[in-house]
Amino acid sequence: MAKTTDYIYGLYDDEVDLMDAIKVANAEHLEIRDVFTPFPVHGLDPLLGLEESRLHIAGFVYGGIGTLTAFLGMTWIFTKDWPIIFGGKPYWSVPAFIPITFELTVLFAAIGMVVSFYIVCGMGPGVQEKTLDDRITDDKFCIAFDKSQVDEHTANSFFKNTGAGEINSKTL
Amino acid sequence: MSSPVSAIRPPLITGNKSYHDITEDLVVGTERTPSATWVIGFIIAVSLLGFGVFCIIWTIWHGIGTWNLNRTIGWGWDITNFVWWVGIGHAGTLISAILLLFRQKWRTGVNRAAEAMTIFAVMCAGLFPLIHMGRIWMAMFIFPYVNTRGPLWPNFNSPLLWDVFAISTYFTVSLLFWYTGLVPDFATVRDRAKGFRRKIYSFLSFGWTGSAKHWQRWESLSLILAGIATPLVLSVHTIVSFDFATSVIPGWHTTIFPPYFVAGAIFSGFAMVQTLMIITRKIMKLEDYITIEHIESMNKVIVATGMIVGVAYLTELFISWYSGYVYEQFAFFNRALGPYYWSYFGMMFCNVISPLFFFSKKLRRNIAFTFFMSILINIGMWFERFVIIATTLARDYLPSSWSFYVPTWVEIGIYLGTFGLFFTCYLIFVRVAPVVAIAEIKSILKSSGDQYAGGKTPPKREKIAPKVKAVASTGELITDDLKKIEGIGPKVEQALNAAGISTFSQLAEAKVDALQSILDNAEGNFRGNSPESWAAQAAIADKGDWDALKKLQDDLDGGRY
Repeated sequence: MAKTTDYIYGLYDDEVDLMDAIKVANAEHLEIRDVFTPFPVHGLDPLLGLEESRLHIAGFVYGGIGTLTAFLGMTWIFTKDWPIIFGGKPYWSVPAFIPITFELTVLFAAIGMVVSFYIVCGMGPGVQEKTLDDRITDDKFCIAFDKSQVDEHTANSFFKNTGAGEINSKTL
Repeated sequence: MSSPVSAIRPPLITGNKSYHDITEDLVVGTERTPSATWVIGFIIAVSLLGFGVFCIIWTIWHGIGTWNLNRTIGWGWDITNFVWWVGIGHAGTLISAILLLFRQKWRTGVNRAAEAMTIFAVMCAGLFPLIHMGRIWMAMFIFPYVNTRGPLWPNFNSPLLWDVFAISTYFTVSLLFWYTGLVPDFATVRDRAKGFRRKIYSFLSFGWTGSAKHWQRWESLSLILAGIATPLVLSVHTIVSFDFATSVIPGWHTTIFPPYFVAGAIFSGFAMVQTLMIITRKIMKLEDYITIEHIESMNKVIVATGMIVGVAYLTELFISWYSGYVYEQFAFFNRALGPYYWSYFGMMFCNVISPLFFFSKKLRRNIAFTFFMSILINIGMWFERFVIIATTLARDYLPSSWSFYVPTWVEIGIYLGTFGLFFTCYLIFVRVAPVVAIAEIKSILKSSGDQYAGGKTPPKREKIAPKVKAVASTGELITDDLKKIEGIGPKVEQALNAAGISTFSQLAEAKVDALQSILDNAEGNFRGNSPESWAAQAAIADKGDWDALKKLQDDLDGGRY
């Protein structure tokens, strides 16, 4: 059995309420375990202290690998492995290699980033979802505390004071 | 939320929707039993697909001789259809990638269906070069893999090979982009489903939870994919045009081809999106999400790209005359006045003249007319490819090689079969997935919903420093001792009182910016004071929870975090 966490969570009806509640939680130094929303809410990352995603750096690296694979691959094939003259052009005809080099750059970057995204998020085909509430993907905005970090009483009064419509507990 | 609400932009979501309404409206298409219209459409599509598969098997079994291609006309309906379908496949990525970069909000209503259309259109397109090879069982020869023939590699200098890479990359990237966008919406469907259906959507949604960090990565991923898909979409049709432009055939080897093909692709792609979306919104009752504004925006793209295409046709014509090169001149003379003159004039009418009607705002916003135009443009763009390919090839350098070409029933059958494939896929898609991107629609609700947009005052809270003073029923001014807040001294309290803030509750409601501007405008030097924690402190003080306030102030440094 994998490690489980006891959550206590509150559901808000609006992203404005959610963000105000997070501000209060920050002021009161309550450690938020996670926040769940039905759509990307802008302005949430700085409040939660989330660092910028590094996915784009990974994408750049994957793209670079694609560029090198394509260009060096074609270079090796047409100058070393099996040189052929096409229409009197040089073996190493760089302009003709550009389209495929570009396509493979894009292909490697896209596949690499998408695969990395699913891996770092712990997602993928067949992964069983760990959702606190079914309405989070509909119209509820959720703040979740870990009961071992924030005691139930504090969490309850926090949720009541910040206008959460519902407070629940769940172990995942 | 502080998302900008434009007073000028018309609303993109009508019907006074709440977040829950959006979920209901957009998921219901996957939940109800298929309508009779859907079933009939599906039967027709599958029948066409079946006939197409039969014709493909017939081709493979008997050979390419079942087509009417000959020594002079080596490319006929097959490549015409290939280019036509690839062109249609350009709108989806354009809508989802380029319009994402340009932050066009109307994208959200149509991007999901347009991306699906892209993927299905590229599938139809890819079919034609494959079966055109003749020996389809050797199709893997086009990929550079280590083989026992040397290894013998494909020719990396050939535009036809570039095409293989461009189209397979385009298909893969579009599919990844589309699916990544679908994952949160599959999760929405999953969380409403029960039993076996829930299992299926649980599998499809990859374990999505909606965590803030996941959304952040998801947005980052979408943005970068959009960034790389934008040059990709331009490169694909550029490379398709290289199939012609790098040849030695008069009428083909022109430098105008890449931009002209790309504009034509977007033109035809948007026309196909219009055809599909007008039907989809009607049948699935999505008028609140795909509004007349969406249709008008797409019509504007159509008229712009249509004019680019028109200019390209006329430039081509002028340059062939101006070049003084007889073969080039003859190629264009033959297109307009040769045996296939009707396809040339059909193309000119459908692609150059008819889009100009969209300069009229009234016609741009007329749904029936838009639908009619979208069909006309699809026909026109098919003619364009036929003119470029078959008409040009029909008149070779030697008059003894001149030829004429009409397709056989097999070629027509394969073309019909691709319609079957396209609509079968599309009809399955509208049953399985939300046709409009649910999460993205929700994210623009507060800026483009009709209860918010168009200069209306948002019905919900807007927290700013209160303008009115807090007055008790006796008429006396209520005051709290604001000096209890760390960072507020007597001078600051005076300034706040002067600005109308005299109680903890007012201070708790006030925004940091508003407080900062009070300080900036007050007499005296308050540069050492930072209001960032005041609202939070005041919120606690307002509740009278002095212990919590004390605890918070112990951590604060002069009112700063």
